[in-house]
Amino acid sequence: MTAPATQFKAAAKTLAADLRHRSLIQTALGKYEVKRDEMKARFQDWEGARQVAADIKFEAINHLDRYLEQFVARIEARGTKVHWASTAEQARQIIVGICRDRQARRIVKSKAMTAEEIHLNQALEQAGFKVVESDLGEFIVQLRDEAPYHIVFPAMHLTRGEIKDLFDRKLGDAPSDNPEVLTMVASRVLRQEYVAADVGITGANFAVAETGMISVTENEGNARLTAALPKTMITLVGIEKIVPTLADLALFLPMLATAGAGQLLSGYNTLYGGPRQPGEADGPEAFHVVLLDNQRTALLADAEQRDALHCIRCGACLNVCPIFRNVGGQTYGTTYPGPIGSVITPHLRGLQEWKHLPFASSLCGACSEVCPVKIDLHHHLLQHRRTARAAKPVWWEKLAFRGFALLVNTPWLWRLSLAVGRVGQRFHGLVKGTKLDPAYVWTQSREAPALAGQSFKAWWRERGRGTTDHGGTGPRDRRPGTRDQGPRVTSHESSRNDPGVATKGGTAHE
Amino acid sequence: MSERNAILARIREALRVSATRPGAHAAPPTSRAAAAPVSRDRPAGSSAGGFARWLPRVGAGFDELAAAFAAASKELRTDFHVLEHDAGADTLLGALRDAQGWQRVASHRDPLTTRVAESLGLPVLWTEDGYDPLELERCDVGITACDLLVAQTGSVLVTSASAGGRALSVLPPHHVVLARREQLVPDLPEGLRRLQAKYGEQYPSMISFITGPSRTGDIERILVLGAHGPKHLTVLVW
Ligand code: SF4
Repeated sequence: MTAPATQFKAAAKTLAADLRHRSLIQTALGKYEVKRDEMKARFQDWEGARQVAADIKFEAINHLDRYLEQFVARIEARGTKVHWASTAEQARQIIVGICRDRQARRIVKSKAMTAEEIHLNQALEQAGFKVVESDLGEFIVQLRDEAPYHIVFPAMHLTRGEIKDLFDRKLGDAPSDNPEVLTMVASRVLRQEYVAADVGITGANFAVAETGMISVTENEGNARLTAALPKTMITLVGIEKIVPTLADLALFLPMLATAGAGQLLSGYNTLYGGPRQPGEADGPEAFHVVLLDNQRTALLADAEQRDALHCIRCGACLNVCPIFRNVGGQTYGTTYPGPIGSVITPHLRGLQEWKHLPFASSLCGACSEVCPVKIDLHHHLLQHRRTARAAKPVWWEKLAFRGFALLVNTPWLWRLSLAVGRVGQRFHGLVKGTKLDPAYVWTQSREAPALAGQSFKAWWRERGRGTTDHGGTGPRDRRPGTRDQGPRVTSHESSRNDPGVATKGGTAHE
Repeated sequence: MSERNAILARIREALRVSATRPGAHAAPPTSRAAAAPVSRDRPAGSSAGGFARWLPRVGAGFDELAAAFAAASKELRTDFHVLEHDAGADTLLGALRDAQGWQRVASHRDPLTTRVAESLGLPVLWTEDGYDPLELERCDVGITACDLLVAQTGSVLVTSASAGGRALSVLPPHHVVLARREQLVPDLPEGLRRLQAKYGEQYPSMISFITGPSRTGDIERILVLGAHGPKHLTVLVW
């Protein structure tokens, strides 16, 4: 197993059994679901809107070269400097370079998943800059020195008590665990940073080709301040963020807010088209836009999964995903967790190392159903499984399946194993759930379904005899339960529901 | 230049194969084979205003729009008032000044704001010609004009040109917006159309839809107002 897979399994095991985590997430997401459904219902036609949004992104992504050039021409015309980065390393070098050129010391950042993706903070800190996250959730996880839990709600996994303790330790200031008081503590600290910072770094939710603007969505006003006060502004944006026209935002902004946070519109949706223009009161002297590829073109080259680039990072698929809700965001060990992360991470970071992610899915399809741009997420997960399997079957898996095939294709062997199983299960209780148990992987956290006393075949044979003898009445009322299919049900369930053992069983059904 | 060319070349190479349409991955293979190759031309009229019919319904006429803006404001906790004339603004803001103990006002010179800001009888920091951020940080209220109000979402549309720069509408803890009745538009598509009509190619460097006071739910998803931006948003229309 690869290192990320081992880490995933270990973390998933701990968190799935963590009742505190579960109740925290259920409460938070329960509130979200109520608001999301309320806002969706206000749309005259949410399903119609999804189709249009999907079509617009399809248009943008499938003409990406043209729209990118248009975007760059327009935004440069107003004095913005555009940089292109093929890799994360190049993007880091460009940004560190800009900060050095501007002789910056302090940097304030607003939330940007692209920055997480390229580990920008570490690079800037190594280069000697002081970096402060200004989004409250990001600020909290930065103080804890950990990765965001969720792409929209970074500190969703923490209670107010934990945040109070954290502020006490790191800021020496936490009068109570009241969320309002804690928010004010953080915002007092951060206000100093905006005024003192030399460089402000933001991400972008959209890049408008027609007018050459980036669009930033937020609720706190921290991105607004990040883009207002420092003398230099840098925006790091993935090349897939393009939308063709300004008018498109009339649809995307409310859809992003509705799907992502259960709001009709987020608090601040702001477009930036350049540095401070002549006659303007304030704003940065210099505005740099860094366009990031970092394997996006590789995903683009996969025509089948290209629509994964339509993602507007609303987080809706994470919120409904039964796996995400049970194992938590940090377990994934990726920048983008949840269903969309499991689809794109194998493209961005290599399928062989991350192939366990597509298996961490129940394939229930809840993600595809909520996605505002209609990405066929669970189909892509299934396709990844196929590709992973075709690319490199593991010898012991091949052997296991060959053994299984032999077992089910050899009647006497099958009958023998059932007979042994029936006798064996009487003694199962002695070892059940312990390491001596041959079915330990399954039974450590579940009940093993019992084998029926009689097989379907045996029952059928008996019934046939009964029909001849009694004119077809007798055995109907002795119809066996579905248990008779015992062994098959077991292997089926195991492949679908348990991310841990899915790697073994999953392909049996594909 | 070289990275630009390299990235664009990779994109063009990738796009030589046409993609499956979203939502079509589950379709039977026949329909996919029949799907036409991607057209390189944007379908005409696919955007521009057509979105209104998917978005939430809004009424027509000032009264209905004002009612919609008021309903949205209530949810967002924006303090929204329709006034008879601009003297009403003086009274209302005078009361807020006393209630919240304002000491310093920040504003920008504009036909709507200048007189109202001066009527408060407090020192005013004018931002339009540049200002010291530390001084703005000490102001209790920022009074700005705006481009538009959007009834559908209860949003205020400001730009760096219409609202005294980028920071005035977001740094002081209380943001007061002054607007005329004709600035109230029904929905987002109409708002963006008006914006385009107003500025043509000469867009200000910042354009922002402000929807309610600054907010966060980052601690246990509990709503807190005034995270970084203003805790209070007051919108006055006459
Ligand atoms: S895949 Fe769809 S639902 Fe998931 S984050 Fe992206 S846009 Fe949202």
